[in-house]
Amino acid sequence: MEFSEVDKKIVRALQSDFPICSEPYRKIAEDIGISQEELLNRLNEMKEEGILRKMGAVLRHVEVGFKANALVVWVVPPEQMDEVAAKMCAHSEVTHCYDRNTAPDWPYNFYTMIHMDSKESCIEFARELSEETGITEYELQFTEKEWKKTSMQYFAE
Amino acid sequence: MELTAFDKQLLNVLQCGVQFVPKPYEAMAQQLGVSEDRVISRLQELKKSGFIRKVGAFFNSDKLGYSGTLVAAKIEPEQVAAVAARINEYPEITHNYQRTCGYVLWFTAITHCDERRKQILAEIRQLPGVISLLDLYSQKKYKIDVQFKLK
Repeated sequence: MEFSEVDKKIVRALQSDFPICSEPYRKIAEDIGISQEELLNRLNEMKEEGILRKMGAVLRHVEVGFKANALVVWVVPPEQMDEVAAKMCAHSEVTHCYDRNTAPDWPYNFYTMIHMDSKESCIEFARELSEETGITEYELQFTEKEWKKTSMQYFAE
Repeated sequence: MELTAFDKQLLNVLQCGVQFVPKPYEAMAQQLGVSEDRVISRLQELKKSGFIRKVGAFFNSDKLGYSGTLVAAKIEPEQVAAVAARINEYPEITHNYQRTCGYVLWFTAITHCDERRKQILAEIRQLPGVISLLDLYSQKKYKIDVQFKLK
């Protein structure tokens, strides 16, 4: 995969805090040394190509009311996975959902991250997901400590 | 500071994405029926008071030529803090959490090639106190676009 120098500059610039001002893209374009129009065109292309998912926000979830979160790991028969995923993803409390490979002492092949207002509601919600999907082998893992949480810096070299 | 009903609406709209237009906050303001100034000043306040960690781009690592994995590490209890500190030194490791299970540390690594990933994991495996690592990669990502619906 080849990216032009301008593309790399755009990616690097967008990884920093996006300005909260009237014309944020003009500021970024000036920093990169291209026109605002060129930047906006390229961003739309990157969006179409699937390189850029969105320009969005990361909230501090504890501060906005989701005080507890849990990683729920499940054992889902492969042939049921798409169906189970569709059911679980329909809930807004499920913020991440994906498969993963297993290991001899680690049978869990399906992961959901859930965010709720308390530990108890996480446990209750996981039980509801289990009932809804019929997947009974699962485990909740709570976060004891956040050692690191950053954004990836692409093309940092 | 408590979030008002307007703040919640604003944060929900913000999480859907900032448009690629010259005045994106004006577009958001129109959607919410308020002025551009109100949107900008309130977002600045919400950022300052810590509700917003970051406004920024969400890239698809794969399309940028990178690939990510999740690693679970089994570690001697008295060494967890020391190992966590060493793990945090890698810029490719963006998240590192301590969880309540046999595999105590869970971290994500985003690398531009397999060799680099293997090198990082080999180095971590050598750290004192590390018992074993699970390299858990994903093939099917059903939902990765985190959006908290604030009610």
